[in-house]
Amino acid sequence: MDLSSINPVFLIASLMVAATPILLAALGEMVVEKAGVLNLGVEGMMITGAVCGFIVAVESGSPTLGFICAALGGALLSLLFGVLTQFLLSNQVATGLGLTLFGLGLSALMGQGYIGIKAPEVFRLDIPVISDIPVLGPILFSHDLMVYLSLALVAGVWAGLKYTRAGMILRAVGENHDAAHALGYKVVRIRLMAIAFGGACAGLGGAYLSLIRVPQWTEGMTAGAGWIALALVVFASWKAGRVLLGAYLFGGITVLQLNLQAAGVAIPVEYLSMSPYLITIIVLVIISADKSRAALNAPASLGRSFHASN
Amino acid sequence: MIRLEKRPSPSRFWAAATPVLAVIATMIAGGILFAALGKNPFEAIRTIFWDPLFHESFAAYSRPQLLVKAGPLILIAIGLSMGFRAGIWNIGAEGQYIMGAIFGAGAGLAFYPSESFLIFPLMVVAGAVGGWAWAMIPAVLKTKFGTNEILVSLMLVYVAENILASVSSGLLQNPDGMGFPGSRNFGQWPAAANTEIFVNSGMHWGVVTAFIVVIFAYVMLTRHILGFQIRLTGESPRAARFAGVNPTRLILICLGLSGALAGMAGLFEVSGPAGQISIDFGSGYGFTAIIVAFLGRLNPIGILLAGLLMALTYIGGELAQLMLGLPSAAIQLFQGMLLFFLLAMDVLSNYRIRIGKTEVA
Amino acid sequence: MKITTILTGAALALGLAGAAAAQDKLKVGFVYVGPVGDGGWTYEHDQGRLAVEEALGDKVETIYQESVPEGADSERVMTQMALSGAKLIFTTSFGYMDPTINVAAKFPDVKFEHATGYKRADNVSTYSARFYEGRAVQGHIAGKMTKTNKIGYIASFPIPEVIRGINSAYIHAKKVNPDVEFSIVWAYTWFDPAKEADAAKALIEQGADVILQHTDSTAPQAAAEQAGGVVTFGQASDMAEYAPFPRVSSIIDNWAPYYVARTQAVLDGTWESVDTWDGIPTGMVEIGEITDAVPADVKAEALAMIEAMRTGDYHPFTGPLKKQDGSDWLADGEVADDGTLAGMSFYVEGLTGDIPN
Repeated sequence: MDLSSINPVFLIASLMVAATPILLAALGEMVVEKAGVLNLGVEGMMITGAVCGFIVAVESGSPTLGFICAALGGALLSLLFGVLTQFLLSNQVATGLGLTLFGLGLSALMGQGYIGIKAPEVFRLDIPVISDIPVLGPILFSHDLMVYLSLALVAGVWAGLKYTRAGMILRAVGENHDAAHALGYKVVRIRLMAIAFGGACAGLGGAYLSLIRVPQWTEGMTAGAGWIALALVVFASWKAGRVLLGAYLFGGITVLQLNLQAAGVAIPVEYLSMSPYLITIIVLVIISADKSRAALNAPASLGRSFHASN
Repeated sequence: MIRLEKRPSPSRFWAAATPVLAVIATMIAGGILFAALGKNPFEAIRTIFWDPLFHESFAAYSRPQLLVKAGPLILIAIGLSMGFRAGIWNIGAEGQYIMGAIFGAGAGLAFYPSESFLIFPLMVVAGAVGGWAWAMIPAVLKTKFGTNEILVSLMLVYVAENILASVSSGLLQNPDGMGFPGSRNFGQWPAAANTEIFVNSGMHWGVVTAFIVVIFAYVMLTRHILGFQIRLTGESPRAARFAGVNPTRLILICLGLSGALAGMAGLFEVSGPAGQISIDFGSGYGFTAIIVAFLGRLNPIGILLAGLLMALTYIGGELAQLMLGLPSAAIQLFQGMLLFFLLAMDVLSNYRIRIGKTEVA
Repeated sequence: MKITTILTGAALALGLAGAAAAQDKLKVGFVYVGPVGDGGWTYEHDQGRLAVEEALGDKVETIYQESVPEGADSERVMTQMALSGAKLIFTTSFGYMDPTINVAAKFPDVKFEHATGYKRADNVSTYSARFYEGRAVQGHIAGKMTKTNKIGYIASFPIPEVIRGINSAYIHAKKVNPDVEFSIVWAYTWFDPAKEADAAKALIEQGADVILQHTDSTAPQAAAEQAGGVVTFGQASDMAEYAPFPRVSSIIDNWAPYYVARTQAVLDGTWESVDTWDGIPTGMVEIGEITDAVPADVKAEALAMIEAMRTGDYHPFTGPLKKQDGSDWLADGEVADDGTLAGMSFYVEGLTGDIPN
């Protein structure tokens, strides 16, 4: 055992990269859930984004274009869910599960000709002096742009939900769609926009896997990341800042356990892997036991269909 | 302007017609997909929907297999539908299914290699208890703290999967298995095996139980006070409270029941078709059953048919891969489409479509 | 009504035509555990299938089914293959062992070939590859090329196959570099690109400058490329897209010669139930091109070792060897027997840490 071989600076830096896909997907899902919609199809949207991004990046040679198309692909797929649940009032749980099935199949078909190909290189921040600053350099100044974008998105979503009028309306729709409707807000339209945003974020998260983190296309490559993103939203009790914290915690546990193993520490891997979920349950219990705070976080209309009766 | 108008009660006609329409729509959309992949669409559709039932060389085998595949789906979906009707959302059946299998298998293996006739019944009970106990976690948390059961039950699926990985290469690992993960095979231990009751019928104990549960659920929902309470709570929680329904009790019963059934399904699967506890034992039946419950409109007879339909697309899909070389991804996509069409058309049974301008209220 | 009749008629006609054409060909089935697009294990089996088609042309027809879960589903898939007229079926994952045996009992005139298992029957052969021969070559190159003397090993599950690979690589790394150390990370997956990338990063950050992997994705290669100066080896498939560096060589699962030979045996009527455990000599284990990133003398030694294994002059597990606990395993010049190797559940002397569970 040699714990000194674990460098905490590198650990944090690689944890940030490991957490980015689930961070992006969870942020999107959080906005969707804030609007009162539960979309369990995150995994399907992520993998569709992964394949769209990869195909476009390979064909055009531009990772940027790849990311844009990944977001579009994810959003497009999510609108399928949107149309079904918002216009045709289908059950959100079942539709979301169907979306995952659909997305996994679709992505595998689309990606058939793209196996074993390398993705084009992604621009990475590497400023000669600043990136070499001890501690801060590797943590803050040596990542790819998507890491910074995801951090910016955390701030954007936080501020957007808290301070803007659009954010307020979104939350109102999620809390009580009937009241929001009575106030004249277009519940369905707002929810569709939220769903598309969620899809786009999931798509970006998927593309981060296929273009940066792995980077290659293989069927089923998200390997359950979408489900972790779902857990993350709950863990974060629908707060953007806590999504960030949670993503680093969830991503961090995997990175930490692999690092401990590499340092020769014998650890029960399964028990460590299940701990984030147990922690999430405990968090859930704590926030729900405290009624006054729960009301501020969990959207009251989550998962319920809205139909304007007049 | 097209708009929807809620029907006072779901239309019986459309409830029966929409599944048929959805299947036809899926055949058309799927046909286009298969044609785009360069396969003969008619042949593909026939292989998926017709061959498993009537093909001269497959049908004798695949008809019983439909029951084997549908059995656990129906068993789990029936349990789930009770809760769903009452607005209690257990989406962690996959976890309860896994825990049921682990408990049941563990209870049996503790007595290996006993040949007592009590082994199998003991395993069934232990399986049900395992699933029930796993479902009691979200149930108790909901009743004590008001914690959202959708999320807790989902989280517990991941926990169960990790426990499964741990026991299949630890506690329940086959000591004679050359160091490979996985438990002993129940197929080679007659006292613990969930065998077919009639040879080549596909009717193992799990399928029989599924059928019995369908009948019970039907009777309960239509005749028993509990069924009435469940329906009332789903339609109007407020009215239910006035009618003296105890919501805490109902949550415990619904989640417990669905957990126990899922646990039993897990046990029947591990001791029968799957044969052993292994890392990949959780094959998604718990999630697919949610889909089946909705396709069956939360109605026991509907679930029975939906389970069989779902099983048909699985087995037909396998045949299509085998005979026509369709990629498995295309089958997945096809199943996704079927589901979407069924869900989308459900709107017709609950709403009337009106074309025209909205009247000014 | 009319349309239905026409459609049904057309469909039936097509189906019958299809059945008639397939009559005199030998139908060969393949059951895959992953998608053919996994770029690793299943991909290489599918390459073997394509090789059968190419080599035997009109005499055979191949069918396959991908992403078949182990357990009940695999048993059904095999049965359906047999019912569809397949006379030879390859089941390509360890977890298909009991289902293969069960189905084989029901179809005595269908031949089955089960990969990596240990249960056989009159119509069930088993086959596996001696990947540890390839690991010996990797260990040698790794031991020579490491500057930090720390070699990272991404392992999948603690099963004999993987443990054998670790031992073989370690023995040969140690032989050329007495200071070498292995750090082993158990990923508990055969295929999870993100996790494999994390594992590679963790090892690299802790000073490993050679990464060996027993998982199937190229994610560790990408992580090494990004880190710079880290050596890797392709696993299951060649992973040539990362050559000449970081990927300096690879172990390729080459099932093609075996599949062609066994299919030919069925055609000739000479098929018998056998247990095949082949390696470099028959080409089942292939060593991918050793690139110029490897110093010429090291490359020459590696090639010599490959040649010695090909001719049977050298066995990677040749004594004197001790187990991790210091007890004797193989005396000087003694060669490990296949039984011990098949069930290997111990580390050799010098490796640190415990095998989980």
